[in-house]
This record gives sequence, structure tokens and C-alpha cells, in this order.
Amino acid sequence: MIRSLALVTALAMWAAISYGNRALEITNPVLLPTPGEVAAVTVALARDGSLARNVLVSGIRVVEGFAIAAVCALGLGLVVGLVTPFRLAVEPVVEFVRPIPPLAFLPMFLVWFGLGETSKVAFIAYTTFFPMFIGIAASLLRVDVMLLRAAASLGATRADLLRRVVLPAAVPGIVVSLRLGFGLALFVIVGAEFMGADAGLGNLIMEGRTFFNPPQIVMGALLLGILGSLVNGLLLALERRALRWRLEPDH
Amino acid sequence: MQWGLRGTPLSPRRALALRLGVVLAFLGLWSIASGLVVVLKLFNPIFLAGPWVVLGKVLQLALNGQLWGHVLATLERVGIGFGTGAVLALSLGLPAGRWSALRNVLEPIVELLRPIPPLALLPLFIVWVGIGETSKIAFITYATFFPMFLTTVHAVQQVDPLLLRAAASLGARRRQLFFRVVLPAALPEILTGIRLGIALSFFVIVISEFIGAEEGLGYLINDGRNFFLVPQMLGAAIVLGLLGYTSNALVVRFERRWLRWERSTT
Amino acid sequence: MSKGSGSARIQIEGVEKSFSLDGGSMAALVDVNLEIQAGELLCLLGPSGCGKSTLLNIVAGFLPPTRGRVLVDGTPVTGPGPERGVVFQEYVLFPWLTVQENIEFGPRLMGVPAARRREVVARYLEMVGLSEHAAKFPLQLSGGMKQRVAIARALANNPSIVLMDEPFGALDAQTREVMQEELSRIQRLEHKTIVFVTHSIREAVYLADRVVVMTRSPGRIKEVFSIKLPANRDRFAAEFTHYESEITQVVKEEVAKVHP
Repeated sequence: MIRSLALVTALAMWAAISYGNRALEITNPVLLPTPGEVAAVTVALARDGSLARNVLVSGIRVVEGFAIAAVCALGLGLVVGLVTPFRLAVEPVVEFVRPIPPLAFLPMFLVWFGLGETSKVAFIAYTTFFPMFIGIAASLLRVDVMLLRAAASLGATRADLLRRVVLPAAVPGIVVSLRLGFGLALFVIVGAEFMGADAGLGNLIMEGRTFFNPPQIVMGALLLGILGSLVNGLLLALERRALRWRLEPDH
Repeated sequence: MQWGLRGTPLSPRRALALRLGVVLAFLGLWSIASGLVVVLKLFNPIFLAGPWVVLGKVLQLALNGQLWGHVLATLERVGIGFGTGAVLALSLGLPAGRWSALRNVLEPIVELLRPIPPLALLPLFIVWVGIGETSKIAFITYATFFPMFLTTVHAVQQVDPLLLRAAASLGARRRQLFFRVVLPAALPEILTGIRLGIALSFFVIVISEFIGAEEGLGYLINDGRNFFLVPQMLGAAIVLGLLGYTSNALVVRFERRWLRWERSTT
Repeated sequence: MSKGSGSARIQIEGVEKSFSLDGGSMAALVDVNLEIQAGELLCLLGPSGCGKSTLLNIVAGFLPPTRGRVLVDGTPVTGPGPERGVVFQEYVLFPWLTVQENIEFGPRLMGVPAARRREVVARYLEMVGLSEHAAKFPLQLSGGMKQRVAIARALANNPSIVLMDEPFGALDAQTREVMQEELSRIQRLEHKTIVFVTHSIREAVYLADRVVVMTRSPGRIKEVFSIKLPANRDRFAAEFTHYESEITQVVKEEVAKVHP
């Protein structure tokens, strides 16, 4: 079933359930917001500019956090991927920190950095750093040995091998790691904004709970989904263009 | 590969020594850093507790019995939430993989909810079910259901139709085809999905335990915020990490036994 | 290391190779002694597991021998190098480079200026019949085309020795025969020293000046055949078939030992 048809059907199902609930009085209508109510909230918030403002705040936090993490992940990933002693040195630390859910550190970040922007940005940076770093290092380490052999038989020195084989061969993996990292940032920003934030999409959603306004929660969630899809689609398109030579569909 | 890109590989013993050395160095640096903070009065030392303080705190909580209550609470929520999610994902995913009719019915809902980070809907669960256990468990079920459902469907769909043909021409009937061909062939990917689900449960449980909980490791972490009890926060986070790691390792063990046929020699 | 074609000579002296598996070690090659003349096309032939690919990898410099050594023009082999070009069974083209960029990879590393590189690439593209596909990526090519690019890439670097590991193994029968003819033609043009691994007797008789039959694992040299056939070989000529049956007899003995 094509995506758009599926979404329309979903919308229809939602409408049927929520309006039907109203008509048949199955449960408290407040709990099951209708598409109409959600649309109304959206319009209201859009009108007074707070929607745009909150989305922007969240967006900036995501982009800043991701950028910091990406730079660190690339730098450290390259070093670890290419220099064996470094990899052995870093591996135990990474294996230790990796199983701990990043959200478990959120309160720590709030303690360290207070309730302002810095704590959110730092938290996003921390959360996205590890998966990207691991993915990038792995891409460098997994380069097909046969490619190295082929290049060596064509006269490649070690520097040549690094520059002309390992790096190009690792690029797809690196790009995918970055894309997934960005997706992860979008995934956790809401959670980060539930606690001690005064602005942002997550904060809007939390308000919906505090002021018993479920349509606002649903609005926030849907908006997040839409924005996330758009950004992901954009990143995928960029990825495809940059990696024309792969010419294969990826997820 | 004998001729190496990065020079000769280190002997296993030297590698182990290097690893141990690094772990010790890491702990050492951490201790020194927290010590320096005290000595040089850089900032309030409670912000950077040394590793021994953290370990001490964890042991303290363990020995006086408090830790276990929280661990149990978290595990219970994760266990029931993930378990329910897995059961649902499998019971819907396996048939959905086989019958496109069912897939078409479920697809709209999945397509709508998939791009939405589950965390965004946590407040909705709280509004619906209140702050108690049920909303936490229901939330974990919701969060873990989708990825596990999708991987299960995919796992069933990608079973090589040639395998089914081969079995059919050996006399397999429909039920046998399912249990003796489809299920084993799909199992590796299904188990990967399961592991993902477990990781995801631990990932999201924390935040739901921040909001309106009186027990649990997440509660311990957030509670520490009030009085800057950093050792408690770090300690609880580490214990949580251990739990997640152990659960994952258990599934991997299980995978190894049941998927011996899949392992190639590399 | 001289690179002029026609002056290369390979000496394989007392080469042995064992691999360690969990527990003990497995001997792949034992006491291999061979001299390969400049400009000759030598085929290594034998049943599966006889170590012919291992021997090629040792000459290429990818694996060190457990004992013995390989000399190229009197110098011992310590690693891979541009004077020993390799054509792999799995092609191993660089997927992020076009056909053209793949072929000019070696010259580029050597610092050959761009204009000259273009000439070289064009020449070899034509030689393997792929001039129209210069801008394509490997993923867009068929198996036969990929293999031709692999050959062009190895040759464009002007190695004096070319090592080929079952390069036509993954091709269908027709393409395979065409490629054999191409290789024969190129060999006559360029006079390279070629070591060619195959398990097709027919292929070996068609291409080789000498055919070295190896025993089953652990591999030794069982017998060496000199193929005295003219340049353009007729696969159905009596002499051709004669060589084929001679060699088949010898190979069958070895195969029978593996599968009694």
C-alpha cells in the first residue's frame, strides 16, 4: 500500500474512532481528541507564533548538539579506526559507557549545567556522540581487505591506502552513522525537554499533560513525526546523491 | 590478513595488558580529577564524585537493602512491558508477514505512528492511565511494539521462497511449512528485533520513571537531583547499564545456542 | 625492481605454507620449487584445495611463506608491489570509482601526468572493448565487463608480471571462451609474464606455455607439461585434445585421492 494512501486511511480511522467515541459516548471525549480539535490547537498556537518559536528552539538544540557530536565522532572515529593502539585504548571505556541509556544521564546534565540551553545541547551531544562514533570507527575498520590488496598490487603505499581506499570505502558507513545519529537526536530531544525546560516542542507536549489538554499532546507528537520524516527524507536524498556509485536502495 | 595495513597486530597478552592499563588509567584520571576539584576548589566537589565514592554509594544501597527494591521495580516494569510488547509484536507480526491482507489493515496505523518518537506520547499515556505502574508498563509496551513488529514482519517476508518450494516438494503441509521452514528461517532477524526491543525498553524506562514514580532506578537518579546526590545518580545509572548489558548478553547466549547453523567462520 | 616487460623472472624456492587452525596446523603447500621464465604464461592447475591460490597469494606478497622464499628478478618478495599486478577472482574493483578511474588508479599513484594517463586508459579500454563504458560505475556492469575492467586495471599499471586467480571462474561458458581469446591476444601483444590459476584443463591448454599440475592438499608439484601449440590455438585440433587427455589423466589421479 502506498504511503500516502496508508496515511489517509489512518487519518480516516482516527476520525472514525474519535468522532464515533463522541457519538456513542464510550469514554471521556477529552481523552480521545479528534482531528478537528488537534487542528484547532495547531492553528491557535501557530497564530500567536508560539508554535514556530518552540519548534525553532527544539530545532536549534538538536542541530547544535548534533553538530558538536558529529565533529567529535568524526575526529575520534578517524583516530580510533586508523590507529590500532588508540582503538584498544578507547574500546574498554566505550564498552563500559555504551550500555547505560543516555536518558539516565539527563538529570546529571541538569545538575551540571542547570536548566538552561546548555544542558539540553550537551545532552543531545552526549547521546548522539556514542552511536555515531562507534559507527564511524566500525566503517573504517570493516573495509574489505581485498580492496587493500588490490590497491597494494597497484603500487599503493600506506598513505595511499589510507587516503585512496580506506576513506572512500568507509564513506557510506560514515554517512549512514551521521544520518542515524541525527535521527537519534530527534528521538531524545522530546524526552530532554520534558524535564525542566521552559520552551521547545517537548515542553509544549508536557504542557498538554499539565493543563490536561490532550489535543496539544497529539499535535506535538504528530508535528514531531512529520518534521522527523521530512528531515530524514532530506538526509536520505542527500545521501543518495553523494553516494551515486552505490545506486542501491537503502532503508 | 598476514600483510597488515596497520602493522603487525599486537599479541593477545599485550592487547589485554593495554586494555587493563587503559581502564586503570581511566579510573585513575577520574579519581585525580575529582580529587583536584576538592583541592583546588574548582567548583563544588559534589558535582564530580570520584569512582570510589560512586562504588561506595552503590554498595551502601545494596547492603542496606534499598537498592534491590528499586532494581526490582525497574525490572518488573521492563519485564512486563517488554514481554507484552514482544508477545503482541510476534502474535501480530508473524501472521502479518504471511498474509498481506492483515498487513494492509495494520499498515496505516503503523505508518502513522512509526515516525513519531514514542517519548512524545508518554504524556498521553499519563493522561489516559494516570501516573501509576500501568502507564509506565503500557508505555514500554507501546514503545517496543513497533520496532519488534516491523522486524518480525520483515523477517517473515524475507524468507527465501525457494526454501518454501523445496520443503513443499518434499511433502510439507502448510502448518509444517510455517513451523519447520518459515519460523527457523526468520528466527535470526526476529531475535535481533527482540534484542532491539530490550535495549529500547531500558532506553525509555528511565524517563517514565523520572515522572511520577516512587521507586525504580530512574526514580533514584532523578531523586538525586534534589540534593545533588551525584554518586547516587551515577551509581544508579551504572546499575541500569549493567542490567541492560546482562539482558542483552542473555539473549545473545540464547541466540548462539539456537542459531548455531547461522554462524560462519570469520 | 625493473619494470620492463620481458625481463621478469620468478623463482619459487622451497616454499611451504601452513595455516594454524584452532588446535593444530594445516599444511597447504609443501616443498614447491618452480622457475617461471620471462614472457611465459604458466598455468597452475589442480583439484580444489591443492594450494594453487595460496601459492599465487604468496607470489603476490599477500601471504608470507612458512618456509622458503620467492624471488622476483633476484629480489626476495616481502609484500605486494606494482611490478606484480593481480587480477582477482572476485574482480575487486573500487566501487566508488568509475571504470576509467579504476583503470587509471595505478598510474595515478605513480604520479603519471593526467594527459598521459588518459592515453593509457583509452588504450586499455579499447583493448578490452569497453571504451563506451568509461564513465560507468562497477555496480552497473555485468560480470564479464567487470572482469575486463579488472584486467585493464592491472595491465594499465604496466607490471612485468601478472598474477591471475581463476579470473574467468564466475563467467558463463561463452564469455569465458571469449575472454580466454582476449587474454591470449593481449599476451601476444604485451609479452607479460603471467601466472594463471585455474581448475579448467581446457582453459589451461588453451592459454599456457606450461601447465603445472599440483597434487591435492598438501600441495606439491605433481607434473609440469610443456604445451607446444601454435599461437592461435584450435580447441578442436587433435594435438589440443591430446594434451587435454594427458593432463586429465594426471589430474584424475589426484582427484581420485580426494574422492575415492
